[in-house]
This record gives sequence, structure tokens and C-alpha cells, in this order.
Amino acid sequence: MLNYLLRRILVSIPVLIGITIIIFTLTELAPGDVVDFFISPEVEMSAAQMEAIRTRFGLDKSPPERYFNWVTNLMQGDLGYRFTDGRPVAEVISRRFGASLLLMTTALIIGIVVGVPLGVFTGLRQYSVWDFALTGVSFLGISTPAFVTGILALMVFAIQLNWFPAGGMRPVDRDPTLLTSIHHLILPSLVLSLNYIATFMRYMRFSMLEVVRSDYVTTARAKGLFNKRVVWRHIVPNAILPVITVIGLSIPNLVVGAVFTETIFSWPGMGTLYLDAVLGRDVPLLMGINLVIALFVLAANILTDLSYAIVDPRIRYE
Amino acid sequence: MSNAKASDAQMTKSDTRQDVAQLDGEHVRPAKNRALKRFLKHRVALFAVFVLMIIAISALFAPAFAPYEYDKIDLRARGVPPSVEHWFGTDRVGRDIWSRTLHGGQVSLAVGIGATLISTSIGTVLGAIAGYYRGWVDNIIMRITDTVMTFPSIVIMLTLAALLPRSLLNIVLIIGGLSWPAVARLVRAQFMSMRETEFVMAARALGVRDVGIIVRHILPNVFAPLVALITFSVGSAILTEAGLSFLGLGVPPPTPSWGNMLESARNLDILKNLPWMWVPPAIMTVLTVLCVNFIGDGIRDAIDPRLVL
Repeated sequence: MLNYLLRRILVSIPVLIGITIIIFTLTELAPGDVVDFFISPEVEMSAAQMEAIRTRFGLDKSPPERYFNWVTNLMQGDLGYRFTDGRPVAEVISRRFGASLLLMTTALIIGIVVGVPLGVFTGLRQYSVWDFALTGVSFLGISTPAFVTGILALMVFAIQLNWFPAGGMRPVDRDPTLLTSIHHLILPSLVLSLNYIATFMRYMRFSMLEVVRSDYVTTARAKGLFNKRVVWRHIVPNAILPVITVIGLSIPNLVVGAVFTETIFSWPGMGTLYLDAVLGRDVPLLMGINLVIALFVLAANILTDLSYAIVDPRIRYE
Repeated sequence: MSNAKASDAQMTKSDTRQDVAQLDGEHVRPAKNRALKRFLKHRVALFAVFVLMIIAISALFAPAFAPYEYDKIDLRARGVPPSVEHWFGTDRVGRDIWSRTLHGGQVSLAVGIGATLISTSIGTVLGAIAGYYRGWVDNIIMRITDTVMTFPSIVIMLTLAALLPRSLLNIVLIIGGLSWPAVARLVRAQFMSMRETEFVMAARALGVRDVGIIVRHILPNVFAPLVALITFSVGSAILTEAGLSFLGLGVPPPTPSWGNMLESARNLDILKNLPWMWVPPAIMTVLTVLCVNFIGDGIRDAIDPRLVL
């Protein structure tokens, strides 16, 4: 298993290098001069001063040299400094990362805990009223983006009914407690999870339908096993295998959904930070967040493969 | 001797032609017809086609159906709720929401179709090359595909949208230029199995050049499984545009798109007091994508009857 994990990590290294090249190239593509950020609106700057800034930040070097410098710094944990307030990017990101992780994990767990059982339920009742109703609803869930469900939920549950706070992570007037934190978390995480409930339900249902028809299920039934035992010991464990891959593949999407959900509910996570960076064209922060997201997704992929290998003993690396 | 060989080759050539003709006449066409028949039986998908046609026609002829110009400002009718003069009400500067929704549909559908054309072309070319030639070419292309897939595409799109000047064309290029990995993977898988088939070997034995084999012989056979994927990607491109515009990084105003009309809902006051400003584009986005997904599902079922969803 350890061997498998190590190889899996080694395989991701070229992808990681590719990602750093993409991030670097993207920011190179940006029109305009980075030095513009340092030009003070009040004080006249001479060409020499601008040249000094250029040398100080290494902007006078060639792109490959700058890429190499950037990567060397990255490996030492130095992600550079924000343009806007000069704070270290690594510190800014680490402060926001936790909030996003909390939101995304909660949503993913809700998606799995609700979606998979619904898939089992409908998969066992193909063509029933329940099946049609829930499949229809799941279609709606897949076709509705987080920003539409988000504004609807905000409108109905936060503004009209006033059941949940309209945004943020903690109350303004009191100290946060576990209860207030949960209260703030419910609406955004539910909004974010809707897509995943629908997706996981659909795949689980599909997978159930395939397994139900297989020979070993017929054998199990022929042995005279109780229905409950056939379902939970023979069908579900086999049907869930492909769904694990789907769960893993949905993680990049989860990050995207989080950007929208955080924006709508003013959640102080990476999504809102990212949007700030985008709107303020804060290039070092943009590069830093892109990198962290890519690392996160890569790690999630490795974790998915690993859990797959644990659950399914047939999987062996090459 | 050499003459006999030549006539031999001639014979094989004509034989293969006959085979191909036979295939065309007896196997390929009816299979397509069967798929079409199965699709026509899919009532939900048919209904979705009908609804989508209405949406597409009203978007296409937006100028004819829209009572007002989409950017006509009427300061005497600011924030008017739905009424006889303004069916869907007006926004804060008195622009007619019904007219803007129609015109917005034009933009959203154009982005959806344009981006899909781009992503399908890139994906097909890369997938075909990787799947046909294999080896190191395949390796490089697939590593690039993996890398693009690892990144949540909206994240790169946001960065690009922030760095490039905002325009409709740039949005189409950004979405299309980053949505091809799924197509590339599918086409590659198809090419890998097709290149081992007998008709491809026959074509190669006849001295057909690689380009000819790829374009004339394999590509037409790849098309069927690709159709469903293309349909789904139109839906996801529409959602992506709406998402980018919702964050204020998509289609630049005053051109309306469903996404940038939805953006107004980020203002709590509009969200609460002027719901007619954001409900129509929200419904249209979801309805359109829902239809596209139903159609894609119908196509997939029709092409591959083994899948019983």
C-alpha cells in the first residue's frame, strides 16, 4: 500500500510541474506592466526609480529565469507578497483556507450521506413513482448552478423567513459559539451540497441497477439469503465502488461551487479571497491561490485512488 | 507477375469498396435510424427539444419579439414591477427586463454553441492524434489533458477573465479553450479501439494516408458517442458563462446575458425588493440547461441501448 501511495505521488509530479508552468504563463499573458502597481498616484516617479523597482522584484530578468526563481521560492514556502497591502501570500491564504475547507467538507459529507442512500433507495425501486420523482428532482439539481440555488436560498430562508443569517461565519454582536457556527454553516453548505446530492444519487442508482442484475446477486438470492442481507452485503458494497471515483472527480467542481457559494454568503474563505485577487489584479495572490487549489485537487485525487485501492482489493498498481 | 499483383490489388480494392458500400447500406444507416427511432420514443427528451426550440427561436428573433431596445434607458420607469407596458418590469435605470431576457438568451446560447464548437474541435483533433499515433505523442497530449482537467476550469477562467480585456469573443475563447479534455479523452478512447479494426487495416493496406484514415474512415464512426457529450457541453458552457458573468467577469455590460442579469441579485436590495430583475434570467438559465441535459440523456440512451437509466 505504501508502495502504491509513493508511486501515485511520483506520477503526480509531472502534472504539478505542468500546473506551475500554466500558472506562470497565465500571469505572463496579462497585458500591462506590473510596475504600474507600484506607481504612486501623488508622487512623480522617474524612469530610474521605475527601473529600480524592476530590479528589486527581478522583473528585468527573462521569463524562464523568473519562473525558476518563483519555483525555487515556492519550494522554500515563499509564495511572495500581496500587491495591495504587502502581506505575505502564504499567510493570507492559510488564514482563509480553513473556512473553505470547513464549507467544502461539510457539503461533500452532506452530498454523500444524503445522495448515496437515495441512490440505493431508487435503484431498488426502478420505474416506481419514487424513482421517477427523485430522478426528476435530481435532474433539476444537476442543472441548477450553485449561484441560482444560492440566491434563492438566501432570498427565501435568510431574508423572507429569517431562519438563517444572510452571510458571514460568525455573529457580529456576540462571540462565536459552536451553535452559532453551525447556524451560519447550514445554509451555504446545503446550497453547495445540492449538486452533489443529485450527482451521487444518480450514479449510485445507475450502479445499483447494474449490480442488481449480476449473477452473484442471483446466487445470493438463490441461497435463500434475506433480502436485507443481499442488499447490504452483496449489492451496496459493489455498487458503491464506481461512485467513489465520481466523488473524487467532483472535487474540482466543489472548489468552483465554493467560489460562488462563498461570494453569495460572504463566507470568509478562499473563494472570496480569490475573487478579491481577481478584481484587484493582485498577481502574486492569484498565483498563490491557483497553486493551493491545484495542490488541493491533486491531493484529493490521490486520496480518492487510495481509498479506492483500500475498498476494492482487485485494484493493484500496474 | 507485376501485372497480376496489380490486378490482385485492384480486386481487393473493389472488394473493400463493396464491403464498405454494404456496410453503408445495410448496417450503418439502419443503426442510425434505430437510434433516431429510439430518441423519438423518449418523450421527455422530445418535449425538451420542443421547449428548447421555443427558447432558441425567441432568442434568435429577439429584436422582433422585444418591445423595447435592450439598452433603452427610461428614467421615468425605474424599477417598475411587472405590468402591461413592461411584462417583466424594469431595472433600476428603466430598461425593460423582458427585452433584456430575450436578448440575453441570444448571448447565452451563442456563447454555449460557440464555446462548444471550439472545445469539440480542439478535443477531437488532440484525441484523434493521441489515439491514432499512440506512443510519446499520446503521452504528452494526455499529460496536458490531465493537467487541464486537474484544474477546476472556472478557476483558470477567472484568472484569464481578470487578466484579458473583457469581451464576448474572449469569453467564448476562454470557455471553449479550456473545456476540451472530456472530448479529447472520449475521442482518444474511440480511436484506440478503432485503429485495430479490420476496415482500418484494410484502408492502411490500400495505402490510404494517415490523414485520410483519421478523417474519412475513423472519425465518422466516432461521431455517434460524441453527440451526447457535445450536447452536455453546450449546457455546461451556458452555465459557465452565466457563472463568470454572475461574478462580474463575463460578458461586459450593457450587452445583456442571463449571467450578468443575475449578477444584479448580488445586491441585497435588488434581491429583496426587485425580484423581477433576477428571477426571469434565473428561470431561463435553469430551463435551458435542463432541456439540454434531457436531450443529451435521450441521445445517449438512443445511441447506446444497453444503458438503461
